[in-house]
This record gives sequence, C-alpha cells and structure tokens, in this order.
Amino acid sequence: MKKCIITVVGKDTVGIIAKVCTYLAENNINILDISQTIVQGYFNMMMVTDVSKAEKEFGTVAEELEVIGEEIGVTIRCQRAEIFEKMHRL
Amino acid sequence: MINIYEVTETNQMISQENLDVRTITLGISLMDCIDSDLEKLNEKIYNKITTIAKDLVPTGQAIEKEFGIPIVNKRISITPISLIGAAACKSPADFVTIAKTLDKAAHTVGVNFIGGYSALVSKGMTPAEENLIRSIPEALAVTERVCSSVNVGSTKTGINMDAVKLCGEIVKEAAEATKDRDSLGCAKLVIFCNAPDDNPFMAGAFLGVTEADAVINVGVSGPGVVKHAIEQVRGKGFEELCETIKKTAFKITRVGQLVAGEASKRLGIPFGIIDLSLAPTPAVGDSIAEILEEIGLERVGAPGTTAALAMLNDQVKKGGVMASSYVGGLSGAFIPVSEDQGMIDAVSVGALTLEKLEAMTCVCSVGLDMIAIPGKTKASTISGIIADEMAIGMVNQKTTAVRLIPVIGKDVGEVAEFGGLLGYAPIIPVNEFDCSAFVNRKGRIPAPIHSFKN
Repeated sequence: MKKCIITVVGKDTVGIIAKVCTYLAENNINILDISQTIVQGYFNMMMVTDVSKAEKEFGTVAEELEVIGEEIGVTIRCQRAEIFEKMHRL
Repeated sequence: MINIYEVTETNQMISQENLDVRTITLGISLMDCIDSDLEKLNEKIYNKITTIAKDLVPTGQAIEKEFGIPIVNKRISITPISLIGAAACKSPADFVTIAKTLDKAAHTVGVNFIGGYSALVSKGMTPAEENLIRSIPEALAVTERVCSSVNVGSTKTGINMDAVKLCGEIVKEAAEATKDRDSLGCAKLVIFCNAPDDNPFMAGAFLGVTEADAVINVGVSGPGVVKHAIEQVRGKGFEELCETIKKTAFKITRVGQLVAGEASKRLGIPFGIIDLSLAPTPAVGDSIAEILEEIGLERVGAPGTTAALAMLNDQVKKGGVMASSYVGGLSGAFIPVSEDQGMIDAVSVGALTLEKLEAMTCVCSVGLDMIAIPGKTKASTISGIIADEMAIGMVNQKTTAVRLIPVIGKDVGEVAEFGGLLGYAPIIPVNEFDCSAFVNRKGRIPAPIHSFKN
C-alpha cells in the first residue's frame, strides 16, 4: 500500500469534500480515513488515502488536486505519508 | 496513525517557517579520471560528472513534489582538483582549463554549484597544489558555478603558514579579478582548518580521498522552525528552552534523513551523511541571528551572544544525532553575515564586530563566513585573520573556515551586493595594525599539545 496524505486548508465552503472525493474516485484512489477540524478559523481537512492502484503518476495527482483547490479557493496538498511519520514517530 | 495536528504542524513548518532541505550534494570521486594528458583529463572529468549526476536534479525535483518539501539546492562535490590535475597541469593556466570543464559539467547537469576546486595543504604544498592555489583567482573569475577551498591547517599537523600567507594574497587577487561584481569571486573561496571530507555545503564542499566512488550527502536547515518553536517558550527556563530546540532539531533532521534515503535509493548511490546545520538565508524569518535574539539578546553581538550560540549549537546536535544514524560534515549553526538578515542588521547598527564574530566561531560551525571587509585591506592582514581563525580550529579540534570578501573600491559604511542566496553585506571595519612581520615568517605553526587543557 502506498499511503498518501491529502490536506485541504482554507475558507469553508459547500462541496469541498465532494469535489476532492469525486476526483479520487475517478482516479481509483481509496480513502482510508478522513478527519476535519477548524484551526485558527480555517477549515482544515486531512485524508489518508491509498494511491497504489492509481494509474496516474503521483506528481500528476498532486498537481491536479492543486488545480482543483485553486478553483474552489482552498489549498490542497498531496504528500507521501512518510514525511509525517518520520517527523512525528520514533 | 498520524493525526491532523501533526500534519498541520509539518505543513506549517514548510509553508510559513521556511523548512527545507538545503542541499542534496552528490559526491563524485574523480580519481579514475587522472591522466597525464590535459585534454584527455578534461574529457574524462566531464564525462564522469555528466554520467553519474545526470539524474540528480530531476530526482531531487521528484522527491520535492512527492513529499511536498522544498529541496533548495542540488550540488556536486568532487575530489580535490590539485590531486586530479597534478599529473597533467604544469602551470596555473592548465588548472584553469579544468575549472572551465567543471563549470560546463555543472551547467549540463543543472546544479547551481560544484565544489572541489581545492587543495589540501595543511602540512606542505606540492608544486601542483601551489599551482592550483595560484590559479584560483582566475578560475573563479572565468567560471560561474565552481567553488574553491584550501585546507591550510589541522589539529594533527598544525598550520601551514606559508599557505596562509599565500591564501591572503589569493583572496586579494580573487577580489581584484571580480571587482566589477563587488568581488564576488571571494564568495566562492573558503580557507579551512580541519576541513571535513563529507561536507555537503558550499562553498567548502569537496569529496575527500577516503570516500567512495559516489555518495549522497544531505544538508538540512530550518532556522525559522527553531525560532517559531522557541517563541512558544519565551520567558521560560533553560531546561525548557533546550528541550524545545532539541525536539525541533530532531524533526528537521528526520526530514533530511528521509530525503537522503529516497535520493540514495532512486539514484542507486550510497547515502553518506546528514549535515545537521542551521543554515540561514537572506529571507526574513530564516535567520540564526533572530533565534539568538529570541533567546534574549537585543541584538546579536551583545554580551551573552557566544553563550547563547554555544547552547543553540549543542542542542541542535543533540536533537539531530538521534534522528540520523550517520551525521557528519560541518554540523552546527552557520553564521554567514551576508546570508542572514538579522546578522546584516546587527552589523549595520554596530552591534556585531569582526572580533565578536571570531569569538562566536569558537562555539559553532563554521567560521568567519561571508564577511565583507574594506577593499583596501592588506593581503598580510587577511592572512593574519586567516591565521587567527585557523588557530581556533586547530586548538579546539573543530572545523573553522574563513570566507572574507575584500570589496575592491568600497569601504566601511558601504554595502556589497552578491545576489541570490549569497545576499548582501555592509562592509565591516578591520583592525588596521600591521601583522606582516608575523605572516612573513616561513614554515608552519606546530601541532598543539593535547594535554594540560586550559
């Protein structure tokens, strides 16, 4: 399994999760977990996903998600999970 | 499983606190390129570098994208050219042809610096090493990306004062040769004591002769992250302050370790070391001086600066060594003046002097770095400053270095502009009392005794 963390940060609006989930479904990316919170007045969502069955290259997925973020006025990042695991777990 | 707060913390470090991996440096041994025919030698060097390093930049960019962490520089370090060129180069001009080849190779593979136009002369100089050193001013003037270094002393050998004298003259000549660009050549020349074989940072990087054919060394950074972390413990005791710095250094270094491991795997080149360094940039908030000020100094340079820096440097190492199995290079807080906005400001208001900077180098890596001095400074005075800094390294068994820029045509009160990561610097006054009789003595300063530590 190739785990990847998708984060969405920005002003809350209708349909953010829907848009992201639709894209993930179209690209065969499975969602393992979703959590959401408000940090300093900003909408903050994190998805743990499995990209091992995705056909597109990782970089392409990250770029396309970034574009979707720009369309709805939020910042969407897609990063390999290891960077967080390495930094926060012994 | 990782939670949302941890993810947010990491991403905030990257997006707001300038967390980055400062450099992936690919070390390439050129030992197998040695040839007595200069043309063949140049051809072999170009071919080896452009073959081994051809995927370095794209691989770095792919890692950046996948992990969402900027990797600011991709660079190359090579075996000291004084050794590689010894059989073929009969004059300084011959060595300059190699510098041009290195510059061409750096452009071809897309790295922004290539380090190793170097000579290791801590005890004595061969004719080839002397020729290389004499070729440095021209080599740095006619190339863009080549970096040069000279190791003139070590704890085991003492200080080669003949080389120190020569290097003072070479620094001055390098300044003259690039006077149309605020003596930029000197920003690419480092004079070392106890130079490490595996340093990934420029301008002093080279690949030592004890190293493998190719190796990946990574330099981490993150002064902004440390500053932000210690803002949360303002007014608290030293125990909490130290704990905070250690934890932050650990996190920063883990990212470096991850990137180093990935780069090594993808390029099929063994991982060497992580250099645990706090390396500033001219960007606001990416400054060592600001960390020291956050610790409690009105300005860097105030009394207490050396103690605060000693503590910072030690905590960074303590946190960092836990995060990586192989630590090396220079490993410590860097205090380059022109590359750190807080240091620039402190010099401008008169809080920070050359003498205080020298004291600071006793407790951190690496030395008198990126300091602009008046262009009229005598070569013998520059040699004297080099000798002082080398003595600190020799006696304290640490790496020290000097990267001074005598800005030709400018004096105290004026500013030298280097551009990009090299920044800009107000010109700092230099003690003008003469030391030429000291510098002109021949021979070397003997290695120090390691008992009776006082």
